[in-house]
Amino acid sequence: MSFESAMARLGGTSLSVGSVEACSMAKGETLADTVRVVSGYADAIVIRHPKEGAARLAAEFSTVPVINAGDGAGQHPSQTLLDLYTIRQSMPVEGIEVALVGDLRYGRTAHSLASALFLYNARLHTISPKGLELPATLAAQLKEKGMEITEHDSIDEVIGDVDVLYVTRIQRERFPDSASYFNVASSYRITPELLAGAKKRLIVLHPLPRIDEIDPRVDESPHAKYFQQSRNGVPVRMAMLMQVMK
Amino acid sequence: MKTTGSQENEGLLVRRIKNGTVIDHIDGGQALNVVKILGITGTTQEALSIATNVPSHDMVRKDIVKLTNRELSKEEVDRIALISPRATINIIRNFKVFEKKGVEIPTLIEGLVRCPNPGCISNTNEPITSKFEVLPKGLHCRYCDWVITRDNITGHII
Repeated sequence: MSFESAMARLGGTSLSVGSVEACSMAKGETLADTVRVVSGYADAIVIRHPKEGAARLAAEFSTVPVINAGDGAGQHPSQTLLDLYTIRQSMPVEGIEVALVGDLRYGRTAHSLASALFLYNARLHTISPKGLELPATLAAQLKEKGMEITEHDSIDEVIGDVDVLYVTRIQRERFPDSASYFNVASSYRITPELLAGAKKRLIVLHPLPRIDEIDPRVDESPHAKYFQQSRNGVPVRMAMLMQVMK
Repeated sequence: MKTTGSQENEGLLVRRIKNGTVIDHIDGGQALNVVKILGITGTTQEALSIATNVPSHDMVRKDIVKLTNRELSKEEVDRIALISPRATINIIRNFKVFEKKGVEIPTLIEGLVRCPNPGCISNTNEPITSKFEVLPKGLHCRYCDWVITRDNITGHII
């Protein structure tokens, strides 16, 4: 929706093909064909797709610029740009300490953000349920380049040290039953009590939608920047669209 | 076995070929994977000889593949480098070595290896072939960024 809002604010219009289930792909059309057709209708394509690498495939077949708005459990680069912008509104990004919390295995926003933060010499702290850790390949790539990544068992271990708490949703379907989900999810919940031990400049970010990860009482805290982060999606995506279509 | 020419006869495990390709200095134990990379199956027509774990001065043990009536292209040869970078290729014409060449590790591999990531777009019915960049540590999927480490490549050959 934020891409549509961004396009509207730029004075353009957007054509939505809807979900994969709702468009020609449900009839068996390949993504390659869909992209070839749609690139004849539009000046740019913004694609969100359940398969990793879908945007790269789309770029191979499109005659217009393609923006990756999320590919499966892969990457979400436009979210990362607005994440960085939101951080920069509060502090310089260079050398900050960032905690990534939640589902880091399937959470594409965390993958893109971790890769981008490497460019700013940031240090990463990861806190995730067993089996949902940052993908080993990505962690190895970043460590090989020199990024410092430390795994922790709980948020309490790092809350006093970090500048950014980046919280992601833990999806219920990753667990065998509701009880085990609630058990894990509750231990990753951000509360005002937890934030009492945080640095003054700490900001809490979340790509949204949130479910139970952040206590609504945190919303009024000066640390809470996730709605500002969401709003930033519009100007950042306006800039991206302008950039690729100029 | 009696042969002509200056080549030392003793120790030859398989007959010399008249025309074709001899792939020598394959890392010990990799011959069957080389054959797989070349797409040679039970239904192809070439006569094929394989020697494995042959004693070698340079390599302690090596494998050799002899392929009759087929001269390998540069692309095919370079694919072998992925699993056996010291391999040498001898093109044989009328029992003589017509051309001898080493293998060069390619920078991009297309259609040879399947991405192990089940969520990768290259594992769908899209009209594409898999594409991997060759890195020192392994193969990097150009679509989903998955990395196959060098010692795991053979398990993913299509």
